[in-house]
Amino acid sequence: MLRIAALGIDVGSTTVKIVGVNDTGGITWHHLEQTEPSIEKQTARFFDIIKEKIENLKDIPVIATGYGRNLVKEAIRSVTEITCHAKGIYKEFGHGGTLVDIGGQDSKVIVIDSEGKVIDFVMNDKCAAGSGRFLENTATRLGYKINEIGDLAMKADIEVPISSTCTVFAESEIISMIASGKDTSSILKGLHKSLIKRIVAMIRSVNFMPPLLLSGGVVNNIAIRKMIEEEMGEKLIMPTYPQLMGAYGAALIALDENK
Amino acid sequence: MKIGQYLKYYLNVKLIGNNFLRYQRIKASSKKIIPLKWRTDILAPPLKIDAKTKELIAKHYLEGQFVSGVRPVAWVTSGAPVEILKALDYYVLYPENHAALCGARRKVVDISSEAEKAGYSRDICSYARTDLGATLSKKTPVGRLPKPDLLLACTNICQTVLSWYRVLAHYYNVPLALIDTPFIYGELRDHDVEYVKKQLEDLITIAERVSKRKFNYNNFIRVAKYSKEATELWLEIMKCCKHKPAPISVFDQFIQMAPIVEMRGQKITIDFYWAMLKEIKKRISDGIGAVKNEKKRLLWDNLPIWYKIRYLSEYFGERGISIVASTYTNAWGELASLIDYSNPLESMAKTYLNPILNHGPKYKLNKMKKMIDEYHIDGVILHSDRSCKPYSIGQIDQRNTISKECGVPSLLLEADHNDPRAYADLQVETRLAAFVEMLK
Repeated sequence: MLRIAALGIDVGSTTVKIVGVNDTGGITWHHLEQTEPSIEKQTARFFDIIKEKIENLKDIPVIATGYGRNLVKEAIRSVTEITCHAKGIYKEFGHGGTLVDIGGQDSKVIVIDSEGKVIDFVMNDKCAAGSGRFLENTATRLGYKINEIGDLAMKADIEVPISSTCTVFAESEIISMIASGKDTSSILKGLHKSLIKRIVAMIRSVNFMPPLLLSGGVVNNIAIRKMIEEEMGEKLIMPTYPQLMGAYGAALIALDENK
Repeated sequence: MKIGQYLKYYLNVKLIGNNFLRYQRIKASSKKIIPLKWRTDILAPPLKIDAKTKELIAKHYLEGQFVSGVRPVAWVTSGAPVEILKALDYYVLYPENHAALCGARRKVVDISSEAEKAGYSRDICSYARTDLGATLSKKTPVGRLPKPDLLLACTNICQTVLSWYRVLAHYYNVPLALIDTPFIYGELRDHDVEYVKKQLEDLITIAERVSKRKFNYNNFIRVAKYSKEATELWLEIMKCCKHKPAPISVFDQFIQMAPIVEMRGQKITIDFYWAMLKEIKKRISDGIGAVKNEKKRLLWDNLPIWYKIRYLSEYFGERGISIVASTYTNAWGELASLIDYSNPLESMAKTYLNPILNHGPKYKLNKMKKMIDEYHIDGVILHSDRSCKPYSIGQIDQRNTISKECGVPSLLLEADHNDPRAYADLQVETRLAAFVEMLK
């Protein structure tokens, strides 16, 4: 049986994550799935999975976060992903900084002070061209998997600028670039740069506090990491489980409330 | 004036309408019934003055339905020198206020779509689109809007009004008087005041010609006095919110500001704000706060989100948060001191050069810093209003400076003052929730 003292569930637009922590706040279990249309059914299934692994689910506090946070019936309450990410990051590193989280549906920049408190944040959820969905859509259009495009972009010597400010129109722009014989790697490099420029503009709109931290699924993309570092002139720090920071923070809040 | 029109006006407005509305107000006030949906668990009961506000607004728009041919009609921008027109007994309609009313009654998408169908872009201010849509389609929740005899646009709030009122002038084929107020980058300059004063003199000539009436200087001084007294009372009401707990919230202020905008220069407006001030002072002495259990106090920047007033009021009320002040409602009271009866035209030029939007972003920032201190503010919400660019420009820098220099958190909330299509419930809720978590 697992040793779980608290649970955090992050219902994002692309993936649903659940994290279990022990008494000292260490991650003892986690599970991740692609988000399904029926969030209630999916989260209920998550709890069915964990029921088989622990004995006393009823006694374990659960905090929900993410866009679907209010749909998780098993949670004692919901907390926004802003607070949860800060909590998770602070626990892992023991210091604050400026966290960039590039999610499927939105991107966030969160400034965390030396005591782990959120002192500022900005979100971009009006425009998909500033989110992970931008890369995902265009990778699919080019016939690549999402985890392949970062490496490919890094191979390019030149960068083809993407002028469209919208994910949908960027797709048609890319199609015409392919038709005119442009190199795929160069297109991908331009695509990454387009996303990074939006992210960096967000970072510059807050009172930046070093170090620069990065979370979200895109951490695995080398081109994103390199380009943010280049644009900001700052070394990036990444958590061990970049995709789980929201759920981890939620679990830590649940743990605190149970003490 | 045609006798038939006057009889219709007298019968519908003076004899029946006004008395009926007065009777309705007295009936509503005597019953003291709190609306069923009102969240008495988190908010103070509605202000008693609400019934009077409704009566005033209803009378204003009722008169508008029958006023054509009886009194000259002018459509004006919110920051226009209306005292000159009031002195000539113009019936004054504020398209911005009418648009806000459409917003609060959730009629904007329908009415604004009429303007969009005619080719006006959704990037244009939603007040302008609502007004142009109402003009083209005649759709309005107030029955009927009177055709203008004169249009008066003052550029002290934005440049959109220029094009907007030119469209109206073309559509109605009526004269457009324009007051061009040079932007104040630093101190107010003498030649700017002289320039605006000359335009005010020209306005008197145009307004006389259109109304076929002679401008009476004594009338003008009387109207200016009424304006000054009402704005001073309004400022006094705003200042009452320095008290903890704040007796009214910014949402009350948004609703109760209608008379100071569209009934400036009338005796009735002074009586109204005297009564409101008395009620608020009573709340203070009784220890009543607009939000029960007030724990945090916020400052609002920019126009309201008219179609979300109730939601936001309850959202913050549930969390013990009172939004006690706003740069927007405050702006209607801070001009009063500039009116000088011994030199009315020059002081009026200064007054109408001075609105917050006719100054650079730093001027607004300094106002906000002062308000944060005076109103004991714990956080600031800057409504980044898609429609109002002059109000929203510079907010990112203002937000960062406030955080750095005042040490209070602030939130940039993207929405639109009148068009719900530029507002996303879930996204706003996430931002508000995260901001509230920050305040703890």
